[in-house]
Amino acid sequence: MTGQSSAPVRPLIRIQRVRKSFGDNLVLRDVSLNVAPGEVVVIAGRSGSGKSTLLRCINNLETIDAGSIYTGDELIGYRQLGGKLVPMREAEVARQRQELGMVFQQFNLFPHLSVLDNITAAPIHVRGEARSSAEAYGRELLSRVGLPEKAHAYPKQLSGGQQQRVAIARALAMRPRAMLFDEPTSALDPEMISEVLDVMIDLSRQGMTMIVVTHEMGFARAAADRVILMHQGEIVENAPPEEFFTAPKSEATKQFLSKILP
Amino acid sequence: MTWSWPDFLEYLVSPYMMRGAWTTVWLSVVSMVIGISLGFVAALMKMSHNRVVSGIAGFYIWLWRGTPLLVQLVIIYAGLPQLGIRLGVIESAILGLAVNEGAYFAEIMRSGITAVDKGQHDAARALGMTYRKMMQIVILPQATRVIVPPLGNQFLGMLKTSSLASVISMEELLRSAQQLAQIEFRVLEVYFVAAIYYLAMTTAWGFVQRRIESHYDRPFDGRDSAAAAAQRTVDPAATEVISR
Repeated sequence: MTGQSSAPVRPLIRIQRVRKSFGDNLVLRDVSLNVAPGEVVVIAGRSGSGKSTLLRCINNLETIDAGSIYTGDELIGYRQLGGKLVPMREAEVARQRQELGMVFQQFNLFPHLSVLDNITAAPIHVRGEARSSAEAYGRELLSRVGLPEKAHAYPKQLSGGQQQRVAIARALAMRPRAMLFDEPTSALDPEMISEVLDVMIDLSRQGMTMIVVTHEMGFARAAADRVILMHQGEIVENAPPEEFFTAPKSEATKQFLSKILP
Repeated sequence: MTWSWPDFLEYLVSPYMMRGAWTTVWLSVVSMVIGISLGFVAALMKMSHNRVVSGIAGFYIWLWRGTPLLVQLVIIYAGLPQLGIRLGVIESAILGLAVNEGAYFAEIMRSGITAVDKGQHDAARALGMTYRKMMQIVILPQATRVIVPPLGNQFLGMLKTSSLASVISMEELLRSAQQLAQIEFRVLEVYFVAAIYYLAMTTAWGFVQRRIESHYDRPFDGRDSAAAAAQRTVDPAATEVISR
């Protein structure tokens, strides 16, 4: 099933017949999906359905076995060489990753750096930005995620929800074209989930392109343009939220909804 | 012949013993610095995906950790000339101690790096860091916190094991004591003084090590970076007041 973007614009992210296996385990079976600029796509599915792997493939944290992924016109991870595809050199892969921000389930903040240093590390050391401008933008981002007073705190001093908001600010600091969220609220205590989702909803309203792997169907209803269900390495449902929740086509989606909806 | 206090006190302040102690200090520091560099490279090589590269590092670590330092020192100083490689006493001592230290440090380094959470690699990569940047900014600073305590113990050990260099006639503390004892026939007093010198050096190092460890624990001690920075700027003034 090929993902059709709702608007007739060039997709920002194109995933074409991507296949990936870990050993004998085929995790992605020819997955295709387009994401238009400004679109928010929520990917749901049971654990082991391949949704996190798909997300990690998009910025090349996992290599793919077959198929292709593009951001804009750029092929991710490979380049043409005499009609053949060869893996890119490390520096090129690193440059491509700068275009996509990523937020992880376990936050993965750098524990030895202060909050502000976490946010400015990549702008300063990867993109060569001046410290003063990187810090100014870093503080602006901290205000946007509601933590302006935490610039000098260390990650260990923050709650899970605060850490995840810093992680979002850190990803935004590289001014990415799109954001990838890998179960951003799954490791949080229930009372902290909404503060992170609020930041994400805010981000979507500002027009950020987002792919969000999550179980939070409330977020999907509030912010998603499309909701996708992955089942056994395939996309089995791909629809606007209204349709996804009220008139799902696939059996797997009906089962999924019956388990999570009251 | 009984214990002689005057002789003991004389040896305790003898320039000859002090020179030996000083040699022990710089020999240990120089060997340690070179050993750390070697071990760092060996650790990165051992973790390489290239089998030849990691094999070379593995062979080095296996060989040097599996043979006594004393044997290595004698081979370097007294054995190699047979192959036409002649090294002086100081060169041999430094080479032996450093290469031996490197083999141990490589394993400490490797365990420190692998102790850093896998998610840190993901986060660094996702921000567009190359392997080099990731190591420099994210992994090594965190590995250092894990490495510093065993590394301190290695240096403590080095201050003592450097005495083995006395067998190739390196004029460090033990050798100085041996020679003084041969002239003076005051074995107990001389070696007691040597022991006190070693103890002074290892105790002093203990203080330094604790300061280094607390430095790397700072992000984890519950204070934020502004408070820690304020503390740092206050520090020199405070010590100045105390020293007056």
